[in-house]
This record gives sequence, C-alpha cells and structure tokens, in this order.
Amino acid sequence: MKLKTALMGAAAAVAFTPLAYAQEHDGVRGSSGHLNIIYWQAPSILNPFLSGGTKDVEASSIILEPLARYDETGALIPFLAEEIPTVENGGVAEDLTSITWKLKEGLLWSDGTPVTSADAVFTAEYCMHPEGGCAQLSKYNGVTSVEAVDDLTIQINFATPQPNPYGPLVGGQSPMIQAAQFADCLGARAPECTEANFGPIGTGPFVVTDFRTNDVIQLEANPNYRDASKPAFATVTFKGGGDATAAGRAVLETGEFDYAWNLQLAPDVIDSMAAAGVGTPVSAFGTLVERIEMNLTDPSPSLPEGERSTAMHPHPILSDEAVRRALSMAIDRELLVEVGYGQAGRATCNLVPGPEIYASVDNTDCLLQDIEGAIALLEEAGWTDTNGNGIRDKDGMELRLLFQTSTNAVRQDFQALIKDMWDQIGVETELRNVDASVFFGGDPGSPDTFEKFYADVEMYANNFDGTDPQSYLAAYTCDKAPRPATQWQGENINRFCDPEYDALVAELQQTADIAERSRIARALNDMLTKDTMTIVPLVDRGRVSAHANSLGGVVLNTWDSELWNVADWYRISE
Amino acid sequence: MTDLPQPAVAVVPVPAKVRNQWWDVWAQFRSHKGAVFGLGFLIFITLFVTIGPWLWTVEPGKLDIRNKDVRPIYQVLFDSNANVSWNHPMGTDNLGRDIMANIMQGGRISLAVGWTAMVLAVFIGTLVGVLAGYFRKADGLLMRFTDLVLALPLLPLLLVMMLLFRDPLRASFGPENGIFILIVVGIGITSWMQTARIVRGDVMALKEREFVLAARSIGTPSRRIITRHLLPNVLSPIMVSATLGLATAIITESALSFLGLGFPSDFPTWGKILFDSVDRMTAFPERVIWPGLAISLTVLAVNYIGDGLRDALDPKIRGL
Amino acid sequence: MLIYTFRRLLISIPTLLFIAFVIFMLLELAPGDPMAQMPLTIPPEVKEKMRIALGLGEPWYVRFPLWLKQFFIVEPQYWIDSTFGTNFADGKQRIISFQSRSPVFDTIAQRLPQTLWVVGMSYVVGVLIALPIGIISAYRQYSVFDQAGTFVSMIGFSVPPFFSGVLLIVIFSVQLGWLPSIYDTTLVVRDWATFKQQMLQMVMPVMVLALQTTATVSRYMRASMLDNLSQDYVRTARAKGMTESVVVLKHVLRNSMIPVVTVIALGIPAIFGGAIITEQIFKVNGLGQLLILALQGSDIPMVMTITFLLAVLIVVMNLIADVLYGILDPRIRYD
Repeated sequence: MKLKTALMGAAAAVAFTPLAYAQEHDGVRGSSGHLNIIYWQAPSILNPFLSGGTKDVEASSIILEPLARYDETGALIPFLAEEIPTVENGGVAEDLTSITWKLKEGLLWSDGTPVTSADAVFTAEYCMHPEGGCAQLSKYNGVTSVEAVDDLTIQINFATPQPNPYGPLVGGQSPMIQAAQFADCLGARAPECTEANFGPIGTGPFVVTDFRTNDVIQLEANPNYRDASKPAFATVTFKGGGDATAAGRAVLETGEFDYAWNLQLAPDVIDSMAAAGVGTPVSAFGTLVERIEMNLTDPSPSLPEGERSTAMHPHPILSDEAVRRALSMAIDRELLVEVGYGQAGRATCNLVPGPEIYASVDNTDCLLQDIEGAIALLEEAGWTDTNGNGIRDKDGMELRLLFQTSTNAVRQDFQALIKDMWDQIGVETELRNVDASVFFGGDPGSPDTFEKFYADVEMYANNFDGTDPQSYLAAYTCDKAPRPATQWQGENINRFCDPEYDALVAELQQTADIAERSRIARALNDMLTKDTMTIVPLVDRGRVSAHANSLGGVVLNTWDSELWNVADWYRISE
Repeated sequence: MTDLPQPAVAVVPVPAKVRNQWWDVWAQFRSHKGAVFGLGFLIFITLFVTIGPWLWTVEPGKLDIRNKDVRPIYQVLFDSNANVSWNHPMGTDNLGRDIMANIMQGGRISLAVGWTAMVLAVFIGTLVGVLAGYFRKADGLLMRFTDLVLALPLLPLLLVMMLLFRDPLRASFGPENGIFILIVVGIGITSWMQTARIVRGDVMALKEREFVLAARSIGTPSRRIITRHLLPNVLSPIMVSATLGLATAIITESALSFLGLGFPSDFPTWGKILFDSVDRMTAFPERVIWPGLAISLTVLAVNYIGDGLRDALDPKIRGL
Repeated sequence: MLIYTFRRLLISIPTLLFIAFVIFMLLELAPGDPMAQMPLTIPPEVKEKMRIALGLGEPWYVRFPLWLKQFFIVEPQYWIDSTFGTNFADGKQRIISFQSRSPVFDTIAQRLPQTLWVVGMSYVVGVLIALPIGIISAYRQYSVFDQAGTFVSMIGFSVPPFFSGVLLIVIFSVQLGWLPSIYDTTLVVRDWATFKQQMLQMVMPVMVLALQTTATVSRYMRASMLDNLSQDYVRTARAKGMTESVVVLKHVLRNSMIPVVTVIALGIPAIFGGAIITEQIFKVNGLGQLLILALQGSDIPMVMTITFLLAVLIVVMNLIADVLYGILDPRIRYD
C-alpha cells in the first residue's frame, strides 16, 4: 500500500486528490492501456547531458534513472541504489571526501544487459569529458575519480570534503547512461550519436519507440523494468509544443490528454478551465522565487561602455538602502499572488523559501504593504518632491527607475501593478520587457541580458536543484559579479559585494553539521533580503500541473522530475 | 489631367473648393454607399480615439484592483446580477483597468502604427516596383534586392534593429516615440516587397501598351510617362495592397509585442488587448469583441474607401 | 525567353550566396544565445563550455565557410551515399542543430509532410476559392455576392489567427467536441478511419489559413479584373459577337492574371516557411513551428538552413513568375 500512503501524504501539498481515486491498479504491466502526456515546450533531445533544458531533462526521466531521486518532500529515496549512503551507515566517508553507492541486484537495461558499476563510471567519464560540453557538469564539481569497486559498488572520490556529496548520479538532471550505447560518443563526438541521443537505453519504466525532435515521443513499457507489475500503462505518447493555455485546455476541458506540465497561467484562467470537470489541477511548492533584483551599480547610458553597470560607479539612487527598503515596503505581495498565481503562489520575503530547515521563517516583515512607512522612510532619507512634479528627488536626482523583465503575461501584469504601487510613494517607473531568449541569453554583445543589467531593477525567477542551497547562496560573492572581464557572465547580477558575506559562504562550504549549515544559510539569506534589501523576493512560486480525473497515482514533485513516479501511474477504472 | 494624385493613399480626398474635376471625383465617390459609410466610420473612429480621451478622462493605465472584471453595461440585459457599472461602460480587465479608455488609447497607437507603416510600405513598394518595371537596367538589381529582403527572417532582423537603434532613438525621441519609430520602420521595410513585385509586373505589361508607346514616340520624358500614364493605371492593385497592408500592420504590431519587441506593456494597442484577452475569451467575450471589432471595422472602412476612390478616380467609370 | 531564364539562373548563384552571407551576419549580430533556454541553475562556466562544444568559440569567418561547405558539399555527398550506397561523406560532419544535436536535414525532412498537408492544402483550397470569388465579384460588381465576398474576406483578413484559431477551438473542440484541438503528427493514414481522422484534424487549421489566402488573392483578382473589364478590347471582343464566357474567361482573365500570379508565386515559399502562429495554436508541428523554436532557441544552423532553403524557393518562384508574365502577355520581353 505504498502508493496509497504516498498519495495521502501528498494530499497536503497537492491541492486535492479525492481519496476515492486512491485505489490501486490491478498490478499487471500494461493493463491501463495508453497514456497521453503534453508538455507545452517540446523536448529536443533525450540526453540530459547535452541539453539542460527542463523539458529535455523531464522527458528523459521516463527512460533514464539516477541512483537516487528526491521525493515530493525533498527526501532522497533510492532508485537504482540499494540504499542512500550516509555517514551513519558508512556509505559516506567520515572526512566527507568519498561516497560509496551500492546498486540493486539484478538490474537490467531495457535491452536486457545487466547494469553494472562500469556504467556509472562511464557516465561520469562522459559528463566530465573536457570537450563534451556537458550541461550537468556542475553536478560533478570537485569529483576527482569514480571507481568501480566491484560489479555493483561505485565509489566517488572528491578533492575536498563535500558536506553534500549527493551531486553525481543523483536527481533527474544526472541519471545513468549505458556504457555500451554511448561508448563512441565521448567528448566532441557526442552530437554524432543521434540515435543514442534520441533513444537512450535506460532502466526506467518506458522505452522510446519513436522520437521526433521538438514534436512528439512514443514510448512503450520497458519489458525489463525491475518491478514486474509496473508500469501500468502499455504505451505513452508524449506530445510537445504549443502554449500553456492549449495544454491546459487539452487536459482540463477537452480531455484529449491525461497530464499537462507546468501550466503557467493566471489563476482565474485555470479555475475556469477546471470548472469543466474533466481534469484536476495540482500544485506543489519548491524553491522557485520570483524576485526583484536591485542594481547596485550605475546603468546610466551616459557612462562609457565597459564602465556602465560595473562596480566602478555605484548606483546614484539604489545604493541608498532607504530607497531599496521603501520600494520593498510599497509592494503588496498578497495582491501579486492573487493576480498572478492564486493557489500556486505564496508571498515571501525569503530568497530560500524551502526546504524547511533552510528557510528563514522569521523573515516576514515585508508581507504587509506599508505605503505610509515607505513614504516616511523616503522623507527621512531626504527624498522629497522639491519641484512639485509628483516625483521625489534629492540633490537634483529624480526617483525614476527603469524596470525590465522578460516577456510573459504574468510578469507584465506584475510590472503594471508594481509601477502603480511605486507611483503611490512618488517613484516613477519606466517599464521594459525583453524577449526571454535575449533576456536570459548570455550574449555579451546585447544590452538586454539580465546579467548585463542595463536597467535599475529587474524581475525574474530562480531556484536551485535538489535541496541544498549552498551553490545558490554562493552566487552572491564579490567575484561572481558580471563585468567586462568575465564577458558579462556571472550570477551575482546585483553586483552585491560584502566581505562578511563572502566569509560566511566560505564557512558554509566547510561545514558538515546540518544544524550549523541551516543557521549559516539563514544568515546569508537574511543578509541579501531583509538586512540590505538587495534582493526583494515577491512570490514563492509553486508548480501547477494538471491531470485527467481518470489518471491515478500522480504525485507532483518539484524537487525532481514531475514524471519521477510515472511507473506508478494508472488508469482509474470507471 | 495634369496632376493626377500620387498613389500614396489620400484618405480625405476632397478639399472643399477645387476645380471641376475634383468635384466630379467627389460626386462619384459619394454615390458609392460603402465608401461613404467607410469614410463616416473612419472619421468616427479617428475622433473616438483622438477626442475621446479628452471627454472620457479615465486614465487607461490606472489600476483599480477592487473593481476588476466588471462586465460591459449591456450585460444587464441578459443577466440582471451581472457586475456592471456606469463608471466602466465597456467593463474592466483582470487588473481593473477601464476597457473603454484602453480602446481609445490603444486605437491611437494602432491607427498611427497602421497608417504610417502602410504608407511607408506602399511608398517604397510603388517606387521600387515602378523603377524596376520601367527601367530595364534597374530591374535586375532592384528585384534581386527584393529577393534578399523577402528572404530575411523577420525576427532576427527586428532584434538587430532593436539592438542597434533602440537606445539612440530612446535618447533622442523619448521611450514611446523611439519605439514607435522603430516599429513603424520595422513593419514598413519588411512589407513592401509584395507591392513592389505586383506593381513591377503591371508596369512591365503597361509600358508595352499602345498609349505608352505613343507617349514615348512623341518624346515624353520618362518621368512624365510614369506619373501620367503608368501610375494611374496601377492604382487599383496599389489600393488593394494599401488596405491589406493596414490590417497587416495593425496585427503585426500585436505579434511584435507578443515577442517582446513592441511597445512596453503599459502601452495598450488594439492588437495587444486582443491578444491578452484570448485566454479569457469564454468568460469575458467582450474583451476580444471590442478590439476585434475596432480592427475589423477600420480595415473594412478603409477597404470601402479604397473601392470608392478607385471608382471615382477612373475616368472610364466616372460619369457612367 | 530560354536565354533569359538561363541567364537568370546563372545570376541566381551569386545572389543566393550573397543572401546566405547576409542572413548569416544577421543571425550573428542578433542578440540571442542557445543557452538562454537552459535553467539558471546551470552555472555560467558550464554554459561557456557548452557554447564551445557547439562550435560557437570560432569567429564568423570560420563558421560561415564551414556552413557553406557542409551545405553544398557534405549534405549532397551524404544524400548520394544514402541513395547509392557509396561512402563519400564518411567521417564528415553534417549540419547539426544546436537544440537537438541531430542533422538539420533529417528534421526538415520529417516536418515537410505535415507542412505540405496542412499549409499546402489550405493554400490550394484558398486559391481555388479565391479565383472564382474574385472573377464573379468583379463581373457583378456591387452585387450581393460581391458585397458579401468583400465583407467576409476583409473581416477574415483583419482577424488575426491567434484569435480566430482559438475561437474555432473553443467552439468546435471545447463546446461541441466535434474536432480534436491537438493535431496528431504521428497519425498514419492507412484506412478509411484514419483518413477520416486526418481530415477531421486538418479542418480547423486549413480553415484559418485558407481564409487569409482567399482574402488576399480574391482582392487582387477582383481589382485586376475590374481594371480590364473596362478596357477597349473587351468592348471590341463583345462587338465581334464573342460569348460572354469567352470574353471574360479567356481575354479578361488572362490579362488580369499578372498581379495574381505575382501574389501566388510569393505565397508558395511562404507555404514551406509554414504558418508560424496557426501551427503553434493547433500544434501542427510543421516547418513553421520548427523555425520559430529554432529562432527562440538561437539554433543558428537550423535557422540558417531553413531560411536559406526558403531564399532558394523565393528566387526560383519569382523567376517562374517572371517567365509566366511573358507567356500571359507576349508583349513583355526581357531580351
């Protein structure tokens, strides 16, 4: 009855799953017939090492599996591994420099050959190849070698102690591939293996029968899947493309599809679709936070190229902490949630909203809008409207801000709302939206990338893989600021620089004790948010997906692939 | 017949007191019912969007979140419990912005973009078409150039234009006007090719006709042949491309904002209002009906005016 | 005429090379990055390595000749190999897409049938409806038929497909449940039932697209017919006692075809370019969808190859149109 408990456990996080559905399928492989899944972004390739795109990673997770995945609570559960290695059970070395995984016995690839530790060693070699351009290389950070101790035992050695050694071969991004199939595809030869990239041999519940890039994937049950009673579905069609509205409509209104991924739609639109009664939207929260980032450097076009938006010139307005704080106080986050995300959003003041042990729960001051307070703060800091044009100024500098974000219906609504709120405290805002492929692209020649940040404030969302925020928080150290010397690459887009912060990050990287890590992570989170208002978090964005009422077993998981438990899905008999 | 009008479309064709010939044109134009209706509607919609905001002083961008999703006033007829308000006769959107004010403001931009881009496209198209069709030496070069522009992918082209010109234009004309110029020029220079090829085809056929040969044989200079004999005879395809061009320009603008290349999100346009409302089409049909009607009726009106003008300017029909 | 055609074909070669160069430089200049669609959780250093693995580390003057070589030498060699079983192309890299890391031409070949079925079919339907509407509208100017035709085609043209497509889906798929809202690209027509299914799923996209074509072509047809109907030669022909059908369909129609041929010829490359918005709405995943995804993902090899193939079509179709002018109106001479 594992499935039933899983469902009931998830009922809190998942909007609601009527318990009547929680009946087991009859336990015969293929007995549920055909499953239709729609992703409004179409997968291009089924090799997650060659494309880090979420759509590609999730599609390949039906076929390829890692040693362990995160479940819907963020806890690690073994998939190909016998158990999760820890320091307590001896799987992780005392000094945290190695981890030893043991494979389940009798595992077979879908072509019938046995899964051995050599496959794991090969996978590491494949991704760490210097010419391969592996998208998941950061999962192998610090790895010096991966060894096959025996046929079923894998030892991963790290150069330095790793408080979180669960990077390589864990989670949807970093699964195991078959050495025999990819042997000739190392490094620069990776793109020559189209057949392998489009139809990888895996250990997952389904096998590819036909792959059409950027369009559709057809799959059938894996005859060698380790659980003889699963998957319940005999065949799967995985359609890609279109837009979120159409995907939602196909599941919630016309019933043509059984599962739709990531419906980024306004809550009223989802509600009106769900009213048709064909399907059910489900939601769950992860670590994705929609935030406003403040530019601490001067983006003025009058500065010469190469000095604009660099640490050479502090921002004339936003380097004043009072202004940043007032801007945050003026925002009504609950209203933003109501308009943009509904059930799938929570107002937040934290950069790290979860998992629970890392979330700074006391940081809730920003949740209440305080226009009066914001005005008082600005007055106090000397920002007054001296020339009577409705815009505050100080020393001849008017409070005008350029606010940019990527093009997306909800973000444009947010821009309009925030512009209105800032208007009320005497700040004039010019809005700009940039095509996502330019905004999130790293083209150093373009003035519109979020990294170059040729604007005063910008809004987007970011999160971290898995459950450990270390590398996420480490992104805000001084050396990570984008600047001409780094070809404008870097994650510290605010150009935040505080030696104290850098020292604390270094401490986090050395600390293994979980309580201590939690304390440091919260302190770092607070430094960026409530202490300095460098980052103004708005909404903790959940994921909304939808499934047909006749599809059972869905447990929405934001810590791993949404299709993580597709083997357990089944058709509810009428 | 010394100065027949230039093909660039004159909308209001008739200054009050002119010579007799213009009076004939006006008389013929008036007899075309569709054209009169079209002209009337065009004047109405132009006044609606220009004078309208003076009378209806609600600010289009003003958010009033507590008054969101107000239905248009006629909804009371079907459902007495409908959420309506005389403060918002056409209703409000999901953020509580007044739809009437947005249609007015959006109409200003859409009409301005539509007309300017269309005039630009028709002007370039006609110029290239006539030159290529009449002067054989220019033909090869101009038509290969047309092939080149036809082959350019629109999206990267606009992105490059954005990259190169947005900041200088913003600096010299301000954010709105800068974007306006960019969009109008972008649409204009990527939609003249069809007109050019059509005009060229017609001119090539026309210039071998007897009346042109006759004109040339008495030593009429090329310039005069083009303006007096060729242009009046290619007027009707030009009219058609002008009407179709207007619709295309208004719709292309909305596609551009969809791609993040258009006006900032706080500048409504008809196309954008329509696009943003498609998701809520079943619950709030009026939000697609208002902008949809505005675009369709404007295009229809311009088309009828074009028909009327064509008839009125054709001496063979006039007076029949 | 033959010499003219031959000369034009010769000129086409440098023209196309120049077009290829301009397109390449345009894509090179455009701000965009194949890494833009990767999640932000992938650190910048890793993204930089991925860019280098895609070949983006090389400057344009290395990559452009490489593309030319792959397009004009490797791809034909590969094609010859697969037809005749030779091995000219062994060990040579084909044009590889950034997104799927697979040969660009394989994907294009996979998409072509969908596009031809849906977009091509709608074009044929549109033109077949438009020609009679245009002719009758002009012949019976200001009749009820003409007025209705004008009204419908102008409304049809001015309603953008992102609206009309969704409207059709809401009516026919959601409310009535008659037609599928998502096009099944894996459907293989092998019997009557699958044929019917194919027809059902094609109805809506074909309707939306045909409306646009019909509007354009019928307006030009009507305008051009009107111009010719008032010409002296029509009066002469009638005076000679020719029947109306001969006058209209033979003399007037032939002379009115020049602008229509131009429009139709310009439309054919557009078929192969696919219908971006309509394909996206109905999930027809043809060439239009391929192109827009490639553009959004800055998949330069894919965009470059598709737009260049379109450029070839444009040049060829315009050449055909020019030749047709000469046939329709023998007075047009090019020599």
